[in-house]
Amino acid sequence: MKLGLAFLIAIHAAVFLAPWLAPYDYAEQHRDFAFAPPSRIHIFDERGSVHRPFVYGVVQDLGSGSYREQRGAAYPIRIFAGGSLVGVDSPGALFLLGSDGFGRDVFSRLLYGARISLLTGLIAAMLSAGIGLLLGTLAGYFRGWVDQSLMRGGELMMALPWLYLLLAVRALLPLHVSTLRTFVLMIVIIGGIGWVRPARLIRAVVLSARESDFVLAARGFGASHFYLLRRHILPFTTGVVVTQATVLIPQYILAEVSLSFLGLGVGEPVPSWGNMLSEGMQYHAMVSHPWLLVPGFATVAILLAYLKVGDALTERTVTY
Amino acid sequence: MSYLGRRLLHSVFILLGVSVLSFLFADLAPGDFYSALRADPRMSPQAVEAMRQRAGANKSFPARYGDWAVSSLHGDFGYSLAFNAPVGPLLWPRLGATLLLTSTATLLAWLAAVPLGVWQASRRNRWSGRAVLTFLLAIPDLLLALGALVLAVESGLFPLGGMVSRGFAEMSSAAQVRDVLRHMALPVSVLALGMLPVLARHVRAAMVEAMDAPFALSARANGIPQARLLLRHVLPAAMHPLIALFGLSLGTLLSASLLVEVVMGWPGLGPLFLEAVTARDFGVVLAVVMLSTTLLVFGNLVADLLLYRADPRIRAK
Repeated sequence: MKLGLAFLIAIHAAVFLAPWLAPYDYAEQHRDFAFAPPSRIHIFDERGSVHRPFVYGVVQDLGSGSYREQRGAAYPIRIFAGGSLVGVDSPGALFLLGSDGFGRDVFSRLLYGARISLLTGLIAAMLSAGIGLLLGTLAGYFRGWVDQSLMRGGELMMALPWLYLLLAVRALLPLHVSTLRTFVLMIVIIGGIGWVRPARLIRAVVLSARESDFVLAARGFGASHFYLLRRHILPFTTGVVVTQATVLIPQYILAEVSLSFLGLGVGEPVPSWGNMLSEGMQYHAMVSHPWLLVPGFATVAILLAYLKVGDALTERTVTY
Repeated sequence: MSYLGRRLLHSVFILLGVSVLSFLFADLAPGDFYSALRADPRMSPQAVEAMRQRAGANKSFPARYGDWAVSSLHGDFGYSLAFNAPVGPLLWPRLGATLLLTSTATLLAWLAAVPLGVWQASRRNRWSGRAVLTFLLAIPDLLLALGALVLAVESGLFPLGGMVSRGFAEMSSAAQVRDVLRHMALPVSVLALGMLPVLARHVRAAMVEAMDAPFALSARANGIPQARLLLRHVLPAAMHPLIALFGLSLGTLLSASLLVEVVMGWPGLGPLFLEAVTARDFGVVLAVVMLSTTLLVFGNLVADLLLYRADPRIRAK
């Protein structure tokens, strides 16, 4: 739990600082270095003497397409040069995780892509939890027809296969729009579909809270609905809301990755972990350039951390 | 009986609601198949208008919904504009392919998940097995499928994509079965591996809950051996949530494999749906959504029936 949380915080900080950490811009192309493997960082030169970390220049063998190090040209890695944390001087190139077919640095794109993928999960989960909190509280507190109609509506939403629904809704909206609009659209679609589970759980909590003695007592003293909800009932729901949001985030990150992978999320040249992965889908690319799968492994690490945290929270949350 | 009747009626209402909702969505969407045609300079506006007229696109919303609902009930899902063919014949073979894939995978996953979950529950606080399950849970189907493709290329043991080899029609029937099985092996394992951790976790949770009940303690105190206790006493008591889960996995038979099908080139509903989505071919999109929703509702209904058989508390209500 603590480990997972620390990992998540570190990753999110790194992603927030992407413009300063990434050696290159996400769209910067190095046409001479298509599919370059991860740069090897040396500290010994040929004669065996020690230097500060440096990389050799690489040249592509046009016949086989593979890269070879040029022992003559060494480029020391510079810290805080040109506005980013690490970098090398221009004819050399520093690809910590290799480069893609356009010679774009995978490491930089991974950091920038995480902004889309992780943020979609985070905001969409908050949206779902928010809608769930609002509707669940209304349904649980006021009962009657409000409750009936909201819960029936929820059943309707639950009856739909979500990935199909996601794709269908995405299909019905314009396919080619700006990145920002796609981003917002994705958040609204993903977050708007998943509110049912949190709403149900919150409703159950509110239902039991409103019958508790202190709420009855407060009502007896003439407390208004608003006061009762704010002071006595909503505090009960925080545990469920936080837990549900944490459980939803990894699902939503996965949803974003899937959507972008299928070409329905944000488009080139803006990276997202999904559309980066789709470039690795051609199997020849995957076998000869395995570093293109790095976004996939990053997804696994993030999901694992969220699952751990979510599990720990679920075990701690008191259920009513 | 009234319970079953109520559940049945409920399912019908859900289907009705979903169909109206999805039809409405498709209707409200900006742009359709014709708007792409209209932008084509080689098509005259009159021709597009005539096509719209013939397809009945100018009728009022309730009239179009009525037409569509009635013909859908007869299994006729209209005409696909993008594939230029009736939707039904386009759908059925792909439906079969998807069901073949997912039902095999679901069966395998359940067969593995129940013993695994029971075993995990029996040694509850030792976390070695749980860590493996959580790790599996965190690997998206997408990555599993990509990994399987790498495996197929590197080992050369499995065919890449598709359901049958070239020259399938000339093979003997035994060879045909073998061929399909060879093509199925990888996608089925990917799917089953993706379902397994979810199912096993649920089985484990249900078992742990039932093991905490007083009857389990008293059974243990009476000296019933561990294996018998788990399988004969606790497992039946843990059945309730598992049956509901079984209904869900029955219901997602059509929708669970979309990504795997797309990545691994299985000729099921997934690739068709994706193509229809990008071509904005709402006939196909609606048909697929309705089919998988129907199956989901059906799965829930089956779960309700099974619960009615298995759980006396429901019958008493």
